[in-house]
Amino acid sequence: MFLKLEPRGEASRSMSYLSPLLAGLLTLISGGIFFAFLGHDPIDALRIFLIAPVEDLYGFGELCVKAAPIMLCAIGLAVAFKAQVWNIGAEGQLLMGGLAASAVALQLLDVESLWALPLVLLSGMLGGGLWGLLAGWLRTRFNANEILTTIMFNYIALYLLLYFVHGSFKDPDGYGFPASAMFGDSSILPVLLEDTRLHIGILFALLAVVIIWVMLSRSFIGFQIKVLGLDSNAAKLAGFKHKRLVAIVMIVSGALAGLAGAGEVAGPIGQLIPSISPGYGYAAIIVAFLGRLHPVGIFFASMLMALIYLGGELAQIELNVPLAVTSLFQGMLLFYLLACDVFINFKIKFNRPQISPTLENS
Amino acid sequence: MDIDLITNILYAMVRTGTPLLIVALGELVCERSGVLNLGQEGMMLMGAVVGFIVTLTTGSLMLGFILAIVAGMLMSMLFAAIALGLNANQVATGLALTIFGTGLSAFIGAGYVGVPITGLEPIAIPYLSDIPLIGKMLFAQDLVVYLSFGLFGLVYWFFKSSRLGLTVKAVGENPHAANSLGLPVMRTRYLAVAFGGGMAGLAGGYLSLAYTPLWAENMVAGRGWIALALVVFATWRADRIIFGAYLFGLASILNLVVQGLGYPVSPNLLAMMPYAATVLVLVMISSNVMKSKMYTPMWLGKPFHPHS
Repeated sequence: MFLKLEPRGEASRSMSYLSPLLAGLLTLISGGIFFAFLGHDPIDALRIFLIAPVEDLYGFGELCVKAAPIMLCAIGLAVAFKAQVWNIGAEGQLLMGGLAASAVALQLLDVESLWALPLVLLSGMLGGGLWGLLAGWLRTRFNANEILTTIMFNYIALYLLLYFVHGSFKDPDGYGFPASAMFGDSSILPVLLEDTRLHIGILFALLAVVIIWVMLSRSFIGFQIKVLGLDSNAAKLAGFKHKRLVAIVMIVSGALAGLAGAGEVAGPIGQLIPSISPGYGYAAIIVAFLGRLHPVGIFFASMLMALIYLGGELAQIELNVPLAVTSLFQGMLLFYLLACDVFINFKIKFNRPQISPTLENS
Repeated sequence: MDIDLITNILYAMVRTGTPLLIVALGELVCERSGVLNLGQEGMMLMGAVVGFIVTLTTGSLMLGFILAIVAGMLMSMLFAAIALGLNANQVATGLALTIFGTGLSAFIGAGYVGVPITGLEPIAIPYLSDIPLIGKMLFAQDLVVYLSFGLFGLVYWFFKSSRLGLTVKAVGENPHAANSLGLPVMRTRYLAVAFGGGMAGLAGGYLSLAYTPLWAENMVAGRGWIALALVVFATWRADRIIFGAYLFGLASILNLVVQGLGYPVSPNLLAMMPYAATVLVLVMISSNVMKSKMYTPMWLGKPFHPHS
């Protein structure tokens, strides 16, 4: 081997910031090659993918509409990942949030009250938070691996949602379509910018980013979470309550994903339908890593991820490529990130082939 | 319940459990070598889509299965290059593999959704398949099911009596000790990951070429994840994996059973069963912390860097 990985003395700080940018660049280049391979002009294709979707105000609104749920899920996951709790269940927690929010909103169809919307959003947070807590409890009480339980809960949540949307939540006047009635106006998130779909959900996402930032960097609970993640034995010795911390991170990340789900049904969708998320909860995992589990990083990574979603939709129309190009690029981005991250802890050394002294003597 | 119904349930149980058995056996070998590859779902999807397209265009089921295995292996080598070659976090790399495989399979399979093919037909072994109750279950299946019996025997023997199996276990328990004994730690791990990938590809191919001969986006439907739970359930032992796989097969066909008996239960609630059963089983098997620590390969999921 001419190339050798050699451990650095300590983790390189600059590399840890550089790595996401490098990964983005590599994804961009691979994307260009990929489009060229499909017979499109790579520059033009990338323009359609990354610039055309946000050329006007409406596009910018759409970007924020998509970024809001991703950001909410990702900032919650960052809290869990900081504590080394591998919550892969943001998607299911989002769905449960949407389901719980719909359950309340459907009771308030004709209610004209300022309290309707907060109630809908809070029940969404509660639904997602409890769904997350369930996995957390199974881990602390029964030692069940949270990666596997949260994944299973994603599937269970999807079928629960389908059960209700095909069952008791179905609009009786909906000609048998699996969809609930449209929510009442007082349960719908108000639109921020005229002529766009941009709703106040993006403000909740930004608020969540700030709150989590303060919590992680300034509060004792944030400190405990970080210690738990860095060294669980040290956390134990310091007397931090392990079970309580796991419960807290799962509730927080679940509630934020639940809020994202509530924001979808009470926002751009306006009713409960069988598919309320194109995998935002999974995309949020990538966003959390890409943003280095840091609120500022997550803000930018969410915007990028939202752009990939929009670009995928536009590419489907303009370039006639399958929508799956979105998750293809998402996976590619995460791969490149993981590969680039190696250079945080290792450096490459070039070995020149040399004759070893023992061989020379013999 | 009449005997025909039970015979058919047993038959369907083995048929449904087969892809789980195959992918879980592969993951077992991989995990015993200390590597946790969470990309099973992505590798299965790639096996399924590649197998389907190859069979559709060439008309050869054999070629479809072979290239499904190759596709799974190639995917696993992508994982190995990053997780083993570059020492990246195995959990994150496995997740990336699943997300990437989901996207790539949906992308290349987009034009093939809903196209029918003639799938692998069952072959009934004369006389043996007429045994009441278990005859159909064991002797009227398709070739891949028979192959899975053989693969089970192979993996069982591999860990029980083969030298290479011992090497794999040593590498998974303590790579540093294995390294100082002169065992090829990294090569063993690459091979174990490749074996896991090939098995996942085969299992995926089974889904799109035999179980339901068609391609649909995300058709693996979490089986890769269930197989990961199955390995935990089996406490990393091959003999318990076959038992677990068929148990999950049974949970998955519960909806057919219930419908067959004429109970009006929502199909969406029944579809939850395998996932709920997985959680239940994980809870039951993991709750004894000491025991589950004892069974888990010591170095599972931890990177090994020979020079550190």
